[in-house]
Amino acid sequence: MKDLWIVIIGMGLGSFALRFVFLGLVGDRAMPDWLLRHLRYTAVAVMPALVAPLVIWPSATGGETDPLRLAAAAAALIVGYFSKSLYGAVGAGAAVMIAGAWLPI
Amino acid sequence: MDGTDVMSSYWRGVRNALPFLFVVGPFGMLFGVVATDAGLNIFETLMFSIVVIAGAAQFTAVQLMQDNAPTIVVLVSAMAVNLRMAMYSASITPHLGPLPLWKRMFVAYFLVDQVYAASIIDYEERPQQSLTEKFAFFMGVATPICPPWYLFTLVGAWAGEAVPPELGLDFVLPIAFIALFAPALRTGAHRAAALVAALMALAFAFLPYNLGLIVGAVAGMMAGAEIERRAGMQADRRPGA
Repeated sequence: MKDLWIVIIGMGLGSFALRFVFLGLVGDRAMPDWLLRHLRYTAVAVMPALVAPLVIWPSATGGETDPLRLAAAAAALIVGYFSKSLYGAVGAGAAVMIAGAWLPI
Repeated sequence: MDGTDVMSSYWRGVRNALPFLFVVGPFGMLFGVVATDAGLNIFETLMFSIVVIAGAAQFTAVQLMQDNAPTIVVLVSAMAVNLRMAMYSASITPHLGPLPLWKRMFVAYFLVDQVYAASIIDYEERPQQSLTEKFAFFMGVATPICPPWYLFTLVGAWAGEAVPPELGLDFVLPIAFIALFAPALRTGAHRAAALVAALMALAFAFLPYNLGLIVGAVAGMMAGAEIERRAGMQADRRPGA
């Protein structure tokens, strides 16, 4: 895979820097509110932005929208949202994918 | 500070973090399977987990490399996924900031989602702890989380080399990400951030180099922050609030 080691070492340094930045360099000084407010939504913004195109245009079907994958994603989202359980969500998504592979729809 | 207290803090940390084994195990194995499926060998897969030690970012990088995204886009996207680590760093600094530099470097390396979560909850519940006890607790929490992450990655990589690629593991990753963020959609601001991010990523999917991901993520963060700001202003105006 192209540039694999650049990615591994670059990500290693970058991840460490992100975790060290405040512990090591900022200390106890307060951060501006507007920055904290944006940082709070990083995880719930980045992951949906990453996943949405993969769900709508899956690479495995050559980019064609697939009802089964849509249903699996919806099941994982709904179960994860209401049960607050990571396992419940993975289980629901996997169950739909497996059911779709076995049932002659 | 005598040694018994330090050891009991360490073991309390180990006990509190044991349930996370059930998260780390499957996720580490999943990364091993997905990475070998993408063409990495066992050694490369294992080194990825040891050097980077950040699950969501590792999944992101492997996915983008598989899509032949340019290296700089892979790095920027993985760092965007990891930005929350800077928040953890900021939030734990009042507790562990006074440690000597080399210990802070250990803390930084092990500061992953579950270690942060278990530690900060304990520090808030037991504010009387000394610095030494807090550090011992932190290392106790990291023990059943970080080394198993390497180990399960290795197990998954072995298993992954045995799984034929046509088995269709492509959709395991999106499901895993949805499972990670869906339980975190607690407030209207969180839900708006997720919705705006997803829609903007789709609308800008035509951009080269997967820049649609960056556009979507930034738009989502701005949406969440703005809604929180307005909700805060309303709360301030409420009488007696």
